Amino acid sequence: MVTVIHPNLEKTDAKMNAKDVSVYYGDKMAIDNVSIEIPTKYVTAFIGPSGCGKSTFLRTMNRMNDTIPSARVEGEITLDGEDIYKSKMDVVQLRARVGMVFQKPNPFPKSIYDNIAYGPKIHGIAEGKDELDAIVETSLQRAGLWNEVKDRLADSGTALSGGQQQRLCIARAIAVDPEVILMDEPCSALDPIATAKIEELIADLNGSYAIVIVTHSMQQAARVSQRTAFFHLGKMVEYGRTSDIFTNPLEQRTQDYITGRYG
Amino acid sequence: MSPAILLLLAVGLGLAGWIAARSRAWAFKREAAAGERLAALPTYHAWYVALWIIIPMTLFIILWATTSPYLINQSVLASDAAAGLPAVDFQREALLREARAVADGSRPGVFNQDAKVLIEPFREAISRNNLIGILGSLIVGFLGGVWSFLRLKPDFTARTRVEKTVMSILLLASLVAILTTLGIVVSLVFETVRFFGMVSPIDFLFGTHWGPDPMANPENPDPTRYGAIPLFWGTIYIGAIIAMIVAIPLGLMSAIYLTQYASPKLRSWLKPALEILAGVPTVVYGYFAALTVAPFVRDIAVSIGISNASSESALAAGLVMGVMIIPFVSSMADDSIAAVPQAMRDGSLAMGATTSETIKRVLVPAALPGIVAGIMLAISRAIGETMIVVMAAGAAANLSANPLEAMTTVTFQIVAMLTGEGSFDHPATLSAFALGFVLFLVTLGLNFVALRVVKRFREAYE
Ligand SMILES: Nc1ncnc2c1ncn2[C@@H]1O[C@H](COP(=O)(O)OP(=O)(O)OP(=O)(O)O)[C@@H](O)[C@H]1O
Ligand SMILES: [Mg+2]
Repeated sequence: MVTVIHPNLEKTDAKMNAKDVSVYYGDKMAIDNVSIEIPTKYVTAFIGPSGCGKSTFLRTMNRMNDTIPSARVEGEITLDGEDIYKSKMDVVQLRARVGMVFQKPNPFPKSIYDNIAYGPKIHGIAEGKDELDAIVETSLQRAGLWNEVKDRLADSGTALSGGQQQRLCIARAIAVDPEVILMDEPCSALDPIATAKIEELIADLNGSYAIVIVTHSMQQAARVSQRTAFFHLGKMVEYGRTSDIFTNPLEQRTQDYITGRYG
Repeated sequence: MSPAILLLLAVGLGLAGWIAARSRAWAFKREAAAGERLAALPTYHAWYVALWIIIPMTLFIILWATTSPYLINQSVLASDAAAGLPAVDFQREALLREARAVADGSRPGVFNQDAKVLIEPFREAISRNNLIGILGSLIVGFLGGVWSFLRLKPDFTARTRVEKTVMSILLLASLVAILTTLGIVVSLVFETVRFFGMVSPIDFLFGTHWGPDPMANPENPDPTRYGAIPLFWGTIYIGAIIAMIVAIPLGLMSAIYLTQYASPKLRSWLKPALEILAGVPTVVYGYFAALTVAPFVRDIAVSIGISNASSESALAAGLVMGVMIIPFVSSMADDSIAAVPQAMRDGSLAMGATTSETIKRVLVPAALPGIVAGIMLAISRAIGETMIVVMAAGAAANLSANPLEAMTTVTFQIVAMLTGEGSFDHPATLSAFALGFVLFLVTLGLNFVALRVVKRFREAYE
């Protein structure tokens, strides 16, 4: 069975391209033959019931699954046409280009400043203190956090509220100027106000990066994304423009899921 | 009549009470109307009565066993036969002891004829005392049993009462350890104060020459011979400097390897193997230090032109002690690195950091409090270590920074002073207690701080 692609999906520039990707944990298949193009300057949402493999697929896109010894990937994923699973791939470089924001905010137990400066420092992006200061400031500004923390940059990042921590993590990810940002349920640990802030932030970032967001909230997917992919049992069932998926799903399972008839 | 037999009696009586109470509870159960339940299972009734028999009896037996030797002596001294005893204390004691040993059958006959008259009074006193023991404990046990048995009713909450008793027994067990430690401290303090009555604490803590003479007149000791600075220095130099130079890097690196790089399989046997190091008896490390490492160190020193290198050196002792301490450092570091949430590590890797950058910049800083606490515990272990320094560091109280010189430590001198020729109330001997007290305070402080740090660290991730 293959993915149903909506017919009126216009052609866009693909930033990343997955072709026939399957992922296994040991012998167990978690992703079954998924192909998808991630367009530049758009937000793509992955939706689907729990355990269908959204996180797994997301993690294959910046090779974070390398940290799981039993995980194995088949197929091809390219970034700007370059296979990221080829043996000569510099994973460190890849992850600087494809950033990731996790479900639970995970600031380092360092100062706010050092949290943001972490990436630029290890990648040697900033030359000198002034440039580093500038990167910290613009990253925090883009994440909409600057005004709240500018007087307490030396405070620990873990002392912020949950929503602020998550924005700090987003600021940290954009500080290394990635091309793609992967977000795995970035709002699931947050209250509605903090969620609204993050969604606003995603809308602001849209247009500069290719963003992929995993979410369990239909409303959120509808609000922030232009493309939506529906996953079920490791397969990508349906893919198309967000408006099409939500108003005119072609597959029964998609219909059931978005109308809440499916767990 | 030995206390052990009486205790056995207590257990037997307890068993009888147990059985009686149980059948009584069963009887309640049978009489109870259908659907009604006892407030507690029959076994709890049984235990309730058994405990009421055994515990009072045991307490009585302990009381009896501790007071009876004194009471026996008193009654013998009060008898007519004791009138002719010498007034000098220790002579009288010796006679009493001898007569007593004959009376209770542990010696065949007396050596000192004067003791003979005392045997008979002793026999009498002992048998009277035994009778008191048996009757007393039987009465106590019986009263306890009857009283508790009469309290049994269908709605009697025997279960909660037994629970409370069990709790108190457990509490008592933990108090024993604490009280023993307190007792040790008190005796240490007592002897230390005696020592400081002879040598001033200023001379002791700040003097730089150590060489107590156990043969000197104890009345006015030479305070300049009781300067403990060289010992403190030797202890710190060997235990906290040389040993830590070995143990901290090796312990940390092995912890990092084990948590971050080793495959689960390798880890599963490497970690226990490392921990076995902690189980090697220190005396084994001691002769390894004395017979292998120390000569090796000396040979190296000689070969690079230091001709007067001694065969006992701070370096040899410190190196071996460092190896011994590695498991302490590594297992604490291992635990605290493993306690850093996986999310932190993922966060760093997802930023494009390499594993070693992640370790250096995120994991180790995050785990630092735990690591530091581990190091403190390791230091407190190292400075209290005795065998290695006794065997390899030497006895010379040198105040020197040269690791090739022989040095001595607080622990070594405690051993030396206590096993020396001085009489027990000589300041040279008593100095061992003062040294022990200082060592105790320092290790207590280190452990206290370390445990607090660890606790704070745990809270940070909960
Ligand atoms: N580390 C792992 N080892 C083995 N199996 C795993 C591992 N991680 C995930 N899986 C399995 O892979 C499948 C997909 O999991 P995944 O976490 O990708 O689901 P998900 O769609 O993100 O679910 P959720 O919405 O609950 O986050 C599940 O069946 C899960 O049990
Ligand atoms: Mg998930």
